[in-house]
Amino acid sequence: MNQQAAAKTSIFEVITPRLRFLGETLGEVARRPSALMGGIMITAILLTSVCFPLFYPVDPLEQDLLARFTPPAWQEGGSWVYPLGADNLGRDVLARLLYGSRVSLLVGFAAVLVAELAGIFLGLFSGYYGGKLDSLIMRVADIFMAYPFMLLTISVIAVLGTSIFNLILVLGLSDWVTYARTIRGSVLSLKEKEFVEASRAIGTPHRVIIFRHILPNVISPLLVLGTLRVANIIIWESGLSFLGMGVPPPMPTWGRMLAEGRLYITDAWWLVTLPGLAIMLTILSINLLGDGLRDALDPRLRNI
Amino acid sequence: MLQYLFKRLWHTVYVIIGISVISFFFIHLSGDPVMLMLPGDASHQEIEDLRQQLGFNDPIYVQYLRFAWQALRGEFGQSLYYKIPAMQLILERLPASLELAAAAMLIALVVAVPIGIISAVRRGSLLDMGSMFGALFGLSMPHFWLGIMLIMIFSVRLGWLPTSGRGTLAHLIMPSVALGLSLMAMFARLTRSVMLEVLSLDYIRTARSKGLKERIVVSKHAFKNALIPLVTVAGMQFGFLLGGTVIIETVFAWPGVGRLVVQAIFNRDYPLVQAVVLVLAVIFVAVNFIVDMLYMYLDPQISYFEDK
Repeated sequence: MNQQAAAKTSIFEVITPRLRFLGETLGEVARRPSALMGGIMITAILLTSVCFPLFYPVDPLEQDLLARFTPPAWQEGGSWVYPLGADNLGRDVLARLLYGSRVSLLVGFAAVLVAELAGIFLGLFSGYYGGKLDSLIMRVADIFMAYPFMLLTISVIAVLGTSIFNLILVLGLSDWVTYARTIRGSVLSLKEKEFVEASRAIGTPHRVIIFRHILPNVISPLLVLGTLRVANIIIWESGLSFLGMGVPPPMPTWGRMLAEGRLYITDAWWLVTLPGLAIMLTILSINLLGDGLRDALDPRLRNI
Repeated sequence: MLQYLFKRLWHTVYVIIGISVISFFFIHLSGDPVMLMLPGDASHQEIEDLRQQLGFNDPIYVQYLRFAWQALRGEFGQSLYYKIPAMQLILERLPASLELAAAAMLIALVVAVPIGIISAVRRGSLLDMGSMFGALFGLSMPHFWLGIMLIMIFSVRLGWLPTSGRGTLAHLIMPSVALGLSLMAMFARLTRSVMLEVLSLDYIRTARSKGLKERIVVSKHAFKNALIPLVTVAGMQFGFLLGGTVIIETVFAWPGVGRLVVQAIFNRDYPLVQAVVLVLAVIFVAVNFIVDMLYMYLDPQISYFEDK
């Protein structure tokens, strides 16, 4: 009972300053117009991606051969039945774009989460314990760094086959190195600090020092890195999808819409233009937000 | 200096060994090539004979050593699909890919560096804000989409440039622009931020106060020091270019290794896939090694004697 109470207060004590810090950071971000715009845009995109079936309950797979190549509504020959037109099989482009957003966002965020988790663990242990473990992890990291990212994912996907789960795992696990290196660097300097030495002196277990004392202090650069990496992962996901190595059909993805639309480039501009615009808007809003976060969290880079 | 060189060389060697282990591992995971080599109605005895003959029954480390020894001599076995040595295919296609990557890098640097310098010098001006906003757009645009858009505008609508293939300079323009644009954006941002940092240093103030022309201060004194991070990042981004060619070559039907590897994946031609991956990874490591050497030459401040 007593112990529980103690645990509760200490968790509270840990969380409150973090929350305050988070609030300050968000305030700092919101003061930058471009970052604020990025934040609003990505929030809108996320909300749309989750809630759209409420407002636009259209089946992205339903074919209507009579409606093949219907142009977007504002163009001659278009109709509001297909606001953004129809594709080569008469499927609704807007519905496909909306469903495609789920794939891209899910893969983007989940893969970054996988990468961050792997990177955090390996980076923490590598930096904290040092020695043989450290050099082993860092040597493996060197090898991963040398393997061009796209080729690594392609060669794994070629062997494992395509599925959304494989995609998340592969993109995530190919990308842990940057996080691990960043964390390791901060841990190396932190572990020499007095507060860590003090906890060690009073016999705090390593596990507690690592996760309670060190981790909270090294997490903010990862927030920035993670945000910017989501953008990259989404580009790679759509690229793989474009090549036919992404999430398998029938699930619509932005990359595959581009690949299919490319065949009709002479007649149907909307099939190749709109999915790309969707990718670009998503990436742009994430980049705007990420840049703002970086400036807010890393004062050294401010105004540069 | 020499000590650093050897250390760096050793680093390169073990990374290549690591990559070869991963490649070997993937080939192994991708299944039994014997099944793909023999006709479907081959008898059990025939399969076993071929396995024995090709050494697939040896212990795994013996198989790896044999693979490594052959890879060292540039032998990656036969492509299952083309039925000719994988290395021969790669050597035929490699020049096209390197040409594309080099053109993309050149375009990116030639456009981005002046933009970055001018933005830094005229910081806060309309030009600065405009080009930095443009750079953010460039970073956010998937290069394969840019490629498709270029084809739609310049080939389909205007008919100015060929849609695909390789040969003349006109063929090279769109693929290299598409591949180079995000690099261009990245270099422009980097050049600008490095130049801003350098321009605020004391020695620049000294140079200005002794009456040197601003043009000379910027180009001779400041830019020289901004070069170092630029060279490093350019070298690191070479890997991105090699990866990027995979998609861009598919968009433009460019006959390079990127397109080769995509086709090989769809043909389940695993030896060819791993050979391409291994060769590209080795090229990438070699480029990084060269960049590090350049770095040593460009930045005499850093001491390479310390053993750390």
